[in-house]
Amino acid sequence: MKDNTAASAMRPFVVKSLAILAVVAIILLLPQIFQTRFAQSLLNQIGIAVIFALSYNMLLGQGGMLSFGHAVFYGLGGFMAIHTLKMVNNGVVPIPTELVPLIGGAFSCIFGLIFGLISTRRAAIPFALITLGIGELIASCALIFPSFFGGEEGVSANRWTDVTLSPLNFGRAGEVYLLIAAWMLVCVFLMYLLTRTPLGRMANAVRDNPERARFIGYNPHMVRTIQFSLSAFFAGIAGSLFAINFEIITAHALGMMASADVLMMTYIGGVGHFFGPILGAVLVTFLQLVLANITHAWLLYFGLLFMCMVLWAPNGISGLIMLHEPVWKAGLFKKLLPSYGRALVPGLVLFLGVIILVEINYHLSLSTNPESPMSLFGIEISAQSAPPWIASLLLMTVGFLFFRKAAFQVRDAWDEVTRRMRKGEH
Amino acid sequence: MLEFILLSCINTLIYGLLLFMLSSGLTLIFGLMNVLNFAHASFYMLGAYFAYEVSTHIGFWPALVFAPLGVGLVGIFIERYGLRSVHKYGHVAELLFTFGVFYVVNELVILIWGRNPVAYKIPEMLDFTLMSAMGTEFSAYRAFMLLISVSMFAVLFFAITRTRLGLIIQAALTHPDMVGSLGHNVPLVFMYVFGGGAALAGLAGVIGGNYLITEPAMALNLGPIVFVVVVVGGMGSLTGAFVASLLIAALQTFAVGFEVSLSDLLALWGVSAPDAGGFFHDLLRIEISHTRGMMPYLFMVLMLVFKPKGLMGTREE
Amino acid sequence: MPETILSLKGIHKNFGESEIITGVDLDVFRGERHAIIGPNGAGKSTLFNLVSGLYPVSEGRMELKGHDITKLAPHRINRRGLSRSFQTTNIFPKMSVFENIRCALLWPMGFGHSFWHLCERKKALNDRSRMVLEQIGMADRALMPAGALSYADQRFLEIGITIAGGAEIILLDEPTAGMSRHEIERTVNFIREVTEGKTLVIVEHDMGVVFDLADRISVLVYGQIIATDSPEAIKKNEKVREAYLGKEAV
Repeated sequence: MKDNTAASAMRPFVVKSLAILAVVAIILLLPQIFQTRFAQSLLNQIGIAVIFALSYNMLLGQGGMLSFGHAVFYGLGGFMAIHTLKMVNNGVVPIPTELVPLIGGAFSCIFGLIFGLISTRRAAIPFALITLGIGELIASCALIFPSFFGGEEGVSANRWTDVTLSPLNFGRAGEVYLLIAAWMLVCVFLMYLLTRTPLGRMANAVRDNPERARFIGYNPHMVRTIQFSLSAFFAGIAGSLFAINFEIITAHALGMMASADVLMMTYIGGVGHFFGPILGAVLVTFLQLVLANITHAWLLYFGLLFMCMVLWAPNGISGLIMLHEPVWKAGLFKKLLPSYGRALVPGLVLFLGVIILVEINYHLSLSTNPESPMSLFGIEISAQSAPPWIASLLLMTVGFLFFRKAAFQVRDAWDEVTRRMRKGEH
Repeated sequence: MLEFILLSCINTLIYGLLLFMLSSGLTLIFGLMNVLNFAHASFYMLGAYFAYEVSTHIGFWPALVFAPLGVGLVGIFIERYGLRSVHKYGHVAELLFTFGVFYVVNELVILIWGRNPVAYKIPEMLDFTLMSAMGTEFSAYRAFMLLISVSMFAVLFFAITRTRLGLIIQAALTHPDMVGSLGHNVPLVFMYVFGGGAALAGLAGVIGGNYLITEPAMALNLGPIVFVVVVVGGMGSLTGAFVASLLIAALQTFAVGFEVSLSDLLALWGVSAPDAGGFFHDLLRIEISHTRGMMPYLFMVLMLVFKPKGLMGTREE
Repeated sequence: MPETILSLKGIHKNFGESEIITGVDLDVFRGERHAIIGPNGAGKSTLFNLVSGLYPVSEGRMELKGHDITKLAPHRINRRGLSRSFQTTNIFPKMSVFENIRCALLWPMGFGHSFWHLCERKKALNDRSRMVLEQIGMADRALMPAGALSYADQRFLEIGITIAGGAEIILLDEPTAGMSRHEIERTVNFIREVTEGKTLVIVEHDMGVVFDLADRISVLVYGQIIATDSPEAIKKNEKVREAYLGKEAV
């Protein structure tokens, strides 16, 4: 009897450990499965983005702090890392490449503490403004301190050194992937544990009700400052890995647009669940690299996706997934599927119309010769003739009308499902 | 030297009033709706592009009227069908929404007008030197910009102090919690104020776009400065925004003229800076004119640290 | 003479032109249950907000256990052993009931801003959280989001958060506001139970609750305390009758 309970208590632990081991194994084996150069580069960037987005969510999701300047710490960490690499190259200091991110992270953490002290007295709008100001301040500093930021062309170094802890020397992209993956696993694990520490819990409490937190002994300013500098630490690690991966870093890495990227990436993934930013980082980085090769309009689609999330899915993709969890458990998911299917088709039609409109406009405004024919989905069309315009407007109108109709059906299906789940409870 | 001061004063006035045209709308929107409109500079950009489009087809004078109206309509549309529906999720969601608008408008402008600056020119009628004093030329267009800014200021002042809507806005600015209890159609007031603020920014774009430059980066370049103005002036204070506009303009305009660095100062004291290179080398060699870009932000950060209410603000939030 | 735990001397508070508190002197003794009553707008909640550090005082001196706390921030006053509740429900609505209580225990149990301990692994912390939950009768709803509780339960949770840390002096601001007769009775018993051996200062409108609970009563009228005495003496006090009980006699 006793053995039995012990065994059943052990089982979730064993299952959990096995699942984690499997995930780690898959992550480490990914480059063996996808061996193209493009895939290598993609995997490296995803790993970096995951750390960066999770560190951003320590502010936005866990601490309720909307920052417009998080890339400052990404960039500062990156610059510190590249200078460290450079010193290793020149034989000044023998720091193994594996530990360089630690130096970048620590550097960012110190700046995080300073900027955190001055920016986190209040959250919400004042915080957003100060971080924006600090971001612009550091970005403009980049041009007048060329010895650290390298001016327009940035700073570069060579990651291929003999000073390493492991047998790897990080000459090839595949070896760098192992470094990034290892740091990613460590950082994800640490950031997850952080949410369960007294600081992590109080960050949530301060986010929800800063006034009450003051009357249980905590100073919201201090809680936010520490959370902020820890988040800067992880952003610095991500930035360092960026520097190691590309062997160059420029002031763009700490600018406003880089901050905007991580904000949108995190938000699209969803700030309400720990795994949300991971989804966001994987999805957005993937789209970024794949779509940037196909279309100029990637940033527009990215912006539109973000707007849709803000308007209709404020908890991001992870929020949408978790919304379905109780439905799935109640076995009612199949009740939703038909309405989803009916919404999907007109949704795609609408989207196709938007794509055609956007692409012909880009062709007209950006290509050297607007009269030249362009190719869209393998079809040669002339952007200056009427048919593509008419087709696009037609698709958009039809798609929109049917999508609206389907949206009502989705709502009805949801009403039905919630009613049933309530009944099931009683 | 006198010339430099005179020229800088005029430039300060022009740039400052342009900033005020943007910051007044932003301040009104923030004061009334508690929404920090990240996309405000996008309206400025749209104003310039609309004016470019209208002036190439019809002419500059119609553009002066139609472009701000068009931008105002865009603003109304965004408030009615976007901002209003995220209102229930709180201020952070509203800020995120306007940030999204900023981002998308930027890309749309590139989509329609391309990445390069467009040839939005000063109308020929105003393209002559009005007067020149002490070798400093003062073009007619600058006089025209001043005229427009001052008359806009007069109209705004009249609208706020003399009309019903203006009185509601004033009441709301000083007692933000009371907006709801004023017994007016609050969402409608919000919509008009948002549209009006957008139209003001659009007007700034019409007269500023050809004076400065009309390009897709113009919103990104000017937007943060407008935030600086609003923060320094005090969130929700129109007078503060006015003073801060001129202050920031002066700071940026006058900085250009000073090609003095720390090492020059040291040299005055008879100390010659070591020529070692590195970070301190940079620090000593920075000329004040190079800090033009960072000056407003430094000012804003210091302001928020030491006097979070701003120059004239009454609210801390 | 009993030991004074909280002492207010010549407290003034003005908001702009209007003076809300116009010179309050008050000594609260260790271990007593002290009620502050007074008509609406007398400044009772303001007084609490001053003592707990939410607003700065305009003039005067406050001492907690002999230490000056006049200029201290709320969290510092709290760390010195004073805990308060709010008139309107003030909890962490998105966090679970258990989490609400556990957060209130973190500082008193010495975890500070630690990011190197895991809450789940701290047996003493979790045991005590569960104990407080039992005490407020919510062990069965531990995992519910606090915002989903009924109004009365949220008030209970609020008191739970206030007492959880084991503060020596507890300020309750109208704990029974908006409750039904039955719930009020339950609340009074509950307050008596959880503040056993502690000092309690309570602002309350319900005279039944006040006379039932308090060892001493202070009457605050127009920003001044016109009397501090035992319940019986307060009932007989002419000035009090005139200023307060006469109008809203219970």
